[in-house]
Amino acid sequence: MTIKELQTDMNCRAVWNGWEDREVTGAYTSDLLSDVMARSEEGQVLITIQAHKNTVAVAVLKDLSGIITASNRPVPDDMIETARDEEIPVFVTDNNQYETGWRLHELGGF
Amino acid sequence: MTNMGQKGSFQSLPQGCELIGDLKISEVMTRNVLAVPRNTTIREAQSIMKENSITGVPVVDSRVVVGIVSMNDIMNALESGRMDDPVTDWMTFEVQALAEEMPLSFAISAFSKYPFRRFPVVNKRNELAGIITFRNINLALIRELSRQLQEKNNLNEHSVDMSSLELVKEYLLSRYDFENGGKASSEIKKFLKGHGIPSRLIRRVAIASYELEINLVAHSDGGMLGFDINADRVVITSHDHGPGIADVDQALTEGFSTANEWIRSLGFGAGIGLPNIKRVSDEFIIQSTLGLGTMIRAVINIHTKDQHNN
Ligand SMILES: Nc1ncnc2c1ncn2[C@@H]1O[C@H](COP(=O)(O)OP(=O)(O)OP(=O)(O)O)[C@@H](O)[C@H]1O
Ligand SMILES: [Mg+2]
Repeated sequence: MTIKELQTDMNCRAVWNGWEDREVTGAYTSDLLSDVMARSEEGQVLITIQAHKNTVAVAVLKDLSGIITASNRPVPDDMIETARDEEIPVFVTDNNQYETGWRLHELGGF
Repeated sequence: MTNMGQKGSFQSLPQGCELIGDLKISEVMTRNVLAVPRNTTIREAQSIMKENSITGVPVVDSRVVVGIVSMNDIMNALESGRMDDPVTDWMTFEVQALAEEMPLSFAISAFSKYPFRRFPVVNKRNELAGIITFRNINLALIRELSRQLQEKNNLNEHSVDMSSLELVKEYLLSRYDFENGGKASSEIKKFLKGHGIPSRLIRRVAIASYELEINLVAHSDGGMLGFDINADRVVITSHDHGPGIADVDQALTEGFSTANEWIRSLGFGAGIGLPNIKRVSDEFIIQSTLGLGTMIRAVINIHTKDQHNN
């Protein structure tokens, strides 16, 4: 599935627009950034409630395809700015991390 | 009494002054300072200080500083059960103020000369213009250091041939500066990407670099992250001047962390960073002495070994 399909299918809101579409190869859920650093894989989308700019830094360094902040976490402005600069899509969803992961599994088959 | 502009009384300039060159107090002080009028009660002053998390507030008479009321004065009033007295009954009258156009070095001398932890800063008309604390000075020093380092780096960068893979660069990191933690790693990643290094390798460099960078910010009193890159390998070094690690083997154990609640709330402190740096590095050396600091060197090979592995 691509990140655009993910956005439509999961019905989540992008915090900034204009990113390039890209392939999503899987998902990883964690709120511990060093864990994301250690165990996430290139192309995965990160499901987290850790909504700040350090999360963007980690996602970019690990070549993740995007970030979904779950449980409707407020996304601070400087996180949006950093995401825009780094051109990484960030979405907000009302669902919690479990629900988000479960739906992604249903829709994306991973 | 406001006592200002006595340039002669601040003589010996401590070290570090070359660094701050011709910075003026006005460039470093906190503006928009809170001040209270004479008729404020001790109780009101106390709640203002509490709400704004400050430990002292100047007392003014139409913008002219007439005294300063500190936590200490409030404690004294409280002990005597006289919280409803005007601040003028308890404040310190002998206020040492600094003038905003003075060089910053005068403020530094003033801190070593007087026991005060903050000085009101006044303008030419003797009106309150700001306040200066040690924190302002530290921040200014750090900013200036980074700026000078950046200038030096820019010079270095221009002198390297961008088509060849070579870079020597150092980044200064300060304690708890999570705002900037990650910048070095992302710059290095872009540099490597621009030179066509395989992304698997770049991610290994990014992991080691980011975890070292965040550890400097989260656990050290501030330090330096260095990169030495050529076509064969990437060498990342981290140096800091404290506090050091008591037991290095323990620190390298997955799950061990001394991170406080605040650091954890930012998503750090799982105790995975160091073991992960070691895992992705072809060479890894760590040396640490309590009270002295920590030195870490991580090498990631670009050629030789990695070509065999992949
Ligand atoms: N530069 C340093 N100075 C002092 N202590 C350090 C330094 N780097 C690491 N440590 C100590 O080693 C411990 C383990 O470091 P490590 O990077 O593995 O985990 P962490 O930083 O606590 O959490 P994580 O990296 O998972 O976010 C730290 O909690 C800290 O006590
Ligand atoms: Mg760490």
